[in-house]
Amino acid sequence: METLELRFPGDRPIIRRAHVGVVGSGDLEILLSPASETTVTIRTSVGGFGVLWRATLERFFARHPIAARVVINDAGATPGVVSLRLAQALEEAGS
Amino acid sequence: MNATLTLLDRTSFIELNARERAQALLDPGSFRELLGPFDAVESPWLMAQGVVPQSDDGVVIARGSIGGVPAVVIAIEGAFQGGSTGEVSGAKIAGALELALLDAQAGRPIRPVLLFETGGVRLQEANLGLAAMADIHAALIALRRHVPVVGVIAGMVGCFGGMSMSAALTSYLIMTRQGRLGLNGPEVIEQNAGIAELDSRDRQLIWSLTGGEQRVATGFADQLAVDDADTIAHVVRAAFDTDRSLPANSSRVAHWRDRLSRLPERAEGAALRALSPGER
Repeated sequence: METLELRFPGDRPIIRRAHVGVVGSGDLEILLSPASETTVTIRTSVGGFGVLWRATLERFFARHPIAARVVINDAGATPGVVSLRLAQALEEAGS
Repeated sequence: MNATLTLLDRTSFIELNARERAQALLDPGSFRELLGPFDAVESPWLMAQGVVPQSDDGVVIARGSIGGVPAVVIAIEGAFQGGSTGEVSGAKIAGALELALLDAQAGRPIRPVLLFETGGVRLQEANLGLAAMADIHAALIALRRHVPVVGVIAGMVGCFGGMSMSAALTSYLIMTRQGRLGLNGPEVIEQNAGIAELDSRDRQLIWSLTGGEQRVATGFADQLAVDDADTIAHVVRAAFDTDRSLPANSSRVAHWRDRLSRLPERAEGAALRALSPGER
């Protein structure tokens, strides 16, 4: 297991907090809360994929430059699943 | 409607996660979660053992109403660590039952529902999980003296270990055909007693022993329901509405002693069904 802390330069506020997903095999849990800057804490069951996490999140926040506190608890989700869950969380949070 | 359309017309209760299940059972708009994900009361033991925790520790406690009557739904998330009971998730379940007991003792109406989806105690938190089981069992026995406690085993994890005792302690137990109820899960039995004793991959055999249909036919569970969210919400509500003040199944000691004394040599499948579960 590995813990990653990342920052992104978004400033678009989100309307409400959102919680999606489950820490179940191949899935992940994402918590979004309004914040003044974007910080991401990732706890993942699979170590050694920091570069992939950064790339996946960079792409998401480039498209959606939101300001939010993001907490991710991951049980081995693929980048595709991560992107879908992020999109789902953002849809629920509203921006 | 043909079979496919009938199936598509349903909302599978099994496919819902714990939070969605609680929402499906409570009256629309009444769902209010206690100690939810943003309260971040998670297991303090998993990280140290290299396991990623979940923000609600795999248990959803929801207040709301069922049929207009105040209710508490305790829903276990089977996808997180097999729905296992740890220190925090166990305390959430026991605490919710104890608060329901305070309501019941004060004469305030309360409808407690437990949605089981669990392999039992979380091995990473062994003794704390076991201690939580004792709290949960004690709370269930105290609470069911005042109000019916309704349990649901929908599947697909099923309900095993210490939590199978909790299921057995409810006042009224509802299962789907896909649900399973047993003290030891099939993999555990195979691991300990060998494949000759039980082949855990033989699905037909496993369900003929522990599946919802068999458990209802043999009187270990009270009602079989199809895997449909509206149907399960309906049967849960009906179980409270038609409170016939039945003795809890597990309190019928003479009945179960008699059943045990007439147990066939191979107490499984059809032979077990032949022992009439008897009217309650």
